[in-house]
Order: sequence, then structure tokens, then C-alpha cells
Amino acid sequence: MRKTVFMAAIIVLAGLFCGLFEEIHPFGIPASTAMDDYFIVHAPEDRSSHNVVTSMVFDYRGFDTIGEASVLFTALSSIAALFRNKDARGEGDGGRRG
Amino acid sequence: MTDSSVKAIAKVMDSVGDSAYVVVALIVLMALYAMLTQKNLLKVSIAISVMCSSVNMFLVLLGYRAGGNIPIHFLKGDESALMVLPTPQCLTLTAIVIGLATTALMLSLIVMLRKHYGTLDIDEIRRLRG
Amino acid sequence: MRPMSVVVTKVCDIFAWFMVVFGALIINNGHNTPGGGFQGGAVVATFLSFLLAAYGSRRVFAWVRENIFGFMACFGPLSFFVFGCLGFPHSFFFNSIAVPEGGQPISDWLPYAGTISLMDLSVGCGVVGALSMIILLMYKSIHMVETGEGMGGERGHDRFER
Repeated sequence: MRKTVFMAAIIVLAGLFCGLFEEIHPFGIPASTAMDDYFIVHAPEDRSSHNVVTSMVFDYRGFDTIGEASVLFTALSSIAALFRNKDARGEGDGGRRG
Repeated sequence: MTDSSVKAIAKVMDSVGDSAYVVVALIVLMALYAMLTQKNLLKVSIAISVMCSSVNMFLVLLGYRAGGNIPIHFLKGDESALMVLPTPQCLTLTAIVIGLATTALMLSLIVMLRKHYGTLDIDEIRRLRG
Repeated sequence: MRPMSVVVTKVCDIFAWFMVVFGALIINNGHNTPGGGFQGGAVVATFLSFLLAAYGSRRVFAWVRENIFGFMACFGPLSFFVFGCLGFPHSFFFNSIAVPEGGQPISDWLPYAGTISLMDLSVGCGVVGALSMIILLMYKSIHMVETGEGMGGERGHDRFER
């Protein structure tokens, strides 16, 4: 019963996706390429890197990469907080020691 | 780029058409169906990872340019060769790492649920239902 | 987890180091071949999971010190931030070593990568530390669940009794 209901919902969603194919640009012909053409042409001289993707990750959009590194570090610290030992949990002082 | 290669690329693009988008839509729908119907939390997390990968694939497909090479000036070969768009690839790189971090956190939460309730079945974990 | 057979441990002895070398290659050549800090860091982090799968958790936890990975995970983003601050007169992120004052780059054919290669190294350091630390912590949690320590606190309280 439940599976048939979900299957019907998925089929309806597939129909909506078929409507979306009319809107999207055809595969292989991107809609607007001015910014990317600028990056491709100017990356070797401007930022001295022949790998355009690396020059974007670390130079043009380096602020995104800081956010990404902080997300990874946040995941690490939350996993460490989940799996910490019971000994390290303290005697219920809530970290307000001293 | 020579005329013969342009013609070959146009022929391939005519035969491929928009089927790449259809593949992505199928993967999204399959992942959504598995996410809705499965009872095991591990299988739900696998479905979430598959959907994450399909979204990354869609982002890369949006930046594909017909007959484009990789966006590296050393390795593109011909001097006048086209390149695919670098910005979606850069954002996909970001999305892959964030998906990795969220998958690790999700699996750790599943381990804690298993430790707390002794089961992975969502129907038996009643407190999540509210 | 128990250690696997002699064949697997011998293969691990021979081939596990190549994972680190390959990951370091990917990290170091990030500025002119496909790859970079994240990809190479993920390759290097598989080294520790290979060790854990081959030798079992007890021996690997005796070899590995977790504080090193924690230090790497902290050091990577901080040094990345410092390298980003190097380009401050121009913008937050600018390759100020290889392109001084917005002029021509130092080398024409082979680009002198400047801060991009340093950022590759720092991000690779951070990713290696974070992923290895995550793998170690999740292996520890397997041990915690298997021994049943702290388990059953809520058992039978809100489960269906079937």
C-alpha cells in the first residue's frame, strides 16, 4: 500500500521533470559563457596557473574554499564530540571549571 | 579545430541529445524512491549519498560544452580547442567535500542511534516520529 | 576488527606506501595537472583505512597517535587563511608571490605556482588530518557498540514489543 503510494508520487514527479526538460538549455550548449571565457583566457597570465579549476578554487573563489574547510572541520569536531569517552566528560561541571 | 572534427562532434551531439539529463533525473528518482520506502537507516543513508552524487553529476553536465576539453592549458592539445566551463567544476569540488562531511556525520549519528536503541529499523525507533 | 590473513598484510606492507606517494603527487602537481588538495588528501586518507582493514584496530591504534591528525586538521585551515591574507593589498585571495603587483608572471611557459601550490599543501594537510581522524573515531565507535558499553539505557522503553 505504502509502496504504491510512493511509486505514484515518483511517477508524478517524473512527469514534472519531463516538463522541465523543455526549459533547460540543450546539452552541450551552455546558456551564458562570458564569465567562464574570461577565466579561461586570463587565468594563466593573471593568476599564474595553467589549471583553470585550481586557480578558481584557490584564487578567484578562495573564500568558498575557506567555508568548505571550516565545514569539514566542523564535521570532524562534531564527530569527536559524539564519540568522546565517558571519562573525558567531566564530573558534570559543564566546563565551568575554575 | 578542423571541420571534420566539428562535424563528428555535431553528429555525436545529435545522437546523444538530452539523454544525459534523463540519466540524472532517473538517478534522482531512484534515490528518492529508496529514501522513501526503505526501513533500514543504512540504506537510507546510501540513498542520500546517491542523490548527492547525482546532483554533482548534474552540475558538471550543466557546464559541458560540445567538443570541449579539460580546462587545463597544458593538456588541452590543440591550441584553438574549446574548454568546458570551469566554474561548475569548481563548485562541484566544493559540493563533493561537503557531501563527504555530511555523510560522515550521518553515519556517526546512525552509530549512536544503534547504540541507543539497539536497532536500525526506523519503525522501531519511535521517538523520531514525535 | 581482527587482522586479516598473511597475504593481505604482506600486500599492505608493499603497497600501502604507494598510496601516500600517489596522494602526495596529486597534491604537489595540483597547479598544472588534474588534482589538488582535496583529491590528494582523500587518497592519502585511504592509507589509514587500508592499515585498519589489514592489521586490525588493536595494532594500528598502538602505532598511530591521534594528536598528530588533530594537529594537521587544525593547522591546514589556519595556514590556508594566512596564505589568503598574503594578497591583502590587492584582494583577499591573490597569487601575490607569482604575480607581483599585478605585473607579468615570472615564468612564461612553466608557471611558477606561487601561493596556489602552498594552498594545495595546506588544504591537503587539513583534509588528510580530518579524514584520518574521522576514520579512527568511527573505528573506535565500532568497538564501543560491539562491547555494548553504555548500551541498553533506553532498551525496551520505547520499542515495539513484537
